[in-house]
Amino acid sequence: MVDEPGLGCKVGEKWRKKRGSLIMALHEIQSVKGYVDWKDATDLAQTMGIPLARIYEVLTFYNFFKLVAPGKAVISVCTGTACYLKGNDKVLEKFKSELKIKEGESTSDGLFHLQCVRCVGCCGLAPVCVVNGKTYGRMTPEQVPAILDEWREVFKEA
Amino acid sequence: MVKLKIDNIDVEVEDGTSILDAARQAQINIPTLCKHPDVDPSAGCGLCIVKVGGRIMRACSTPAAEGMEVVTSDAELKEIRKTVLQLILSNHPNDCLNCSRSGQCELQEITAEMGIDRNDIIKLVSQEPKDDTTKAIVFDPAKCIVCGRCVNICQNVQNVWALSYLRRGFVTKITGANNTKVGNSPCIRCGQCAAHCPTGAITDYDNTSKVAALLSDKENITVVQIAPAVRVALGEEFGFDFGTNLTGKIYAALRRLGFTKVFDTNFGADLTIIEEASEFVKRFTTNDNLPMFTSCCPAWVDYLEKNYADNIPNLSSCKSPHQMVGAVVKTYWAEKAGVDPSKVKVVSVMPCTAKKWEIERDETMSSSGYKDVDEVITTRELAKMIKAAGINFKQLKEEEADNPLGEYSGAATIFGVTGGVMTAALRTAYFYITGEELGTLNFKEIEGLSAVKVAEVDIKGTKVRIAVVNGVGNVAPVMDAINKAKAEGSELPYHFIEVMACPGGCIAGGGQPRVMGATFDKPWGINNDIRKLRSKGLNTEDIEAKNRLSHKNESIKQLYNEFLGEAGGEKSHHLLHTKYCKRKLYK
Repeated sequence: MVDEPGLGCKVGEKWRKKRGSLIMALHEIQSVKGYVDWKDATDLAQTMGIPLARIYEVLTFYNFFKLVAPGKAVISVCTGTACYLKGNDKVLEKFKSELKIKEGESTSDGLFHLQCVRCVGCCGLAPVCVVNGKTYGRMTPEQVPAILDEWREVFKEA
Repeated sequence: MVKLKIDNIDVEVEDGTSILDAARQAQINIPTLCKHPDVDPSAGCGLCIVKVGGRIMRACSTPAAEGMEVVTSDAELKEIRKTVLQLILSNHPNDCLNCSRSGQCELQEITAEMGIDRNDIIKLVSQEPKDDTTKAIVFDPAKCIVCGRCVNICQNVQNVWALSYLRRGFVTKITGANNTKVGNSPCIRCGQCAAHCPTGAITDYDNTSKVAALLSDKENITVVQIAPAVRVALGEEFGFDFGTNLTGKIYAALRRLGFTKVFDTNFGADLTIIEEASEFVKRFTTNDNLPMFTSCCPAWVDYLEKNYADNIPNLSSCKSPHQMVGAVVKTYWAEKAGVDPSKVKVVSVMPCTAKKWEIERDETMSSSGYKDVDEVITTRELAKMIKAAGINFKQLKEEEADNPLGEYSGAATIFGVTGGVMTAALRTAYFYITGEELGTLNFKEIEGLSAVKVAEVDIKGTKVRIAVVNGVGNVAPVMDAINKAKAEGSELPYHFIEVMACPGGCIAGGGQPRVMGATFDKPWGINNDIRKLRSKGLNTEDIEAKNRLSHKNESIKQLYNEFLGEAGGEKSHHLLHTKYCKRKLYK
């Protein structure tokens, strides 16, 4: 169990003396708890001596960083050139309508998080989606409900 | 020095000069919306593009180099600039007629100069509501062109970090960290963002209608006071040269606006000096909570409370001059004039947006039993009221202030200039310690626009080390030096420190007129040349004043004799002093 209140301070202490290491610190927080919240950011600001406004400039500049807890199953829809041209925009729309959320959002039950990524490095399988590290190639909108059911099962068992 | 050709004109400029500035030296004006003399180039707006050896570059962020051949304008550049501007305008509402910046807007003027007469690009204007949570400055995302000047000033010049960019690309928004409302951010309401904004996106929190309501209620006895810096800047709104001192005309205009009594914050400045110099002499001779910081700048007070709360005991407990005037008007003057203080309404005309917040900062701002100052309007807002009332300001005959709160010394009027409060305080502190007057009344070391100015003043063998911080963004090294010395128990680097939040002091405050005209001889917005001219206006008044010492102001002496008793006494303490508390950076 991660001691959440102390994470920003702990990470900040580690990176404090290295110039230009804000992104590394933010990466570390996100890798531990999955997102960077206000408490982490303010603790980091305090320990690293970086204005909070600058930290949020960085956090909101990069799509990568999450400010709230994502769903348990993170669905990454590739909207890189190949996947997009092969019709992943329609797959994305299907995910949105099935889950009733927009990209960058999580479902209210905390199960799914939907995000777009720019190329996952296997364009030969385009269009591609990745859920928690598992890759789904040659996607069609019709496959979407089955994938969602598959992950509902996974977290039901857990 | 480097030599280059700009539009075939030979130019020689210092190393490191940008093409933009080099062109200005050759009397060529390249349009720009993000570059400002007070900030480093951000290469944000994309309007200042020029051709260097055929390649298109941004003039603001490209240094002039030896042998360079620059073309600042040709058919292709004009076309690109027009497109860039049209794209900027596509996110901007066509609200010019009901915008407070109309007629004083850089975007409007550049659009006119570049001959944009139609715009076919589909409009996409932000629907986000205005943010007026500071109650001093209002942010309108719809009118923001994300040029970044305000962010640059707030972060890099003022070191406040209230404003920042949120997200990126088309959806970029300027706001507090994580979309915090500015009123809940580290904002100190200095208003430098408003002073540098090229559009109507950052404006005054308008109190003119509240003042008009006070004036129209005939039950009210309306009392107005003007800050020192107002008198040397208001004229710019009416075609006077920079720094012209128009005190007499302003008094006349205020009477025409309907104010019952016209007093002067300069009276309060003299009063502040009596209290502050006494406080310093006491603290210095008893080595109590040194160094002492001046407290007349509310933005600085707020900054210290938020960023250096451990140093709160070092702040002078004196209120700022206009608050002292407010407290004295509703007690001493009301009694003397035989009027009901509940009917007396005090309006302060200030070069400052932070003063709008100061009047409600805590209960000591109501020491008279009423709100000591009822409303604050900026110099800009006063200009608006004068224009709206149809007063021909330029031709007004000069008038005098009402007494007894109208008399002031030369020491008071220089409060509006960086170094002025320190100079005024030293003149009186010297007298209090030695019983004699200073030989020379000016301290050359603390004049001018350097970031931190230091001097050692010899008061009959006792050395007093002073520092003047010109702009709150320059205060960090001074604080670090003080707190290091305190921690080590070593000798303090300074005994007495003046801090003004705005670079140049109040003459360049966040509520002062916006300098008009986007041409090179009249640059937009405030810059150091203009700061010097406005400062000169006040310094000249000091030099020419019959009395240059606060402690020789006869009306002040009378106030102490008839009412206050002694400086720092019980009554003074209740009416003229305040207290401070630690404040959170984010609410």
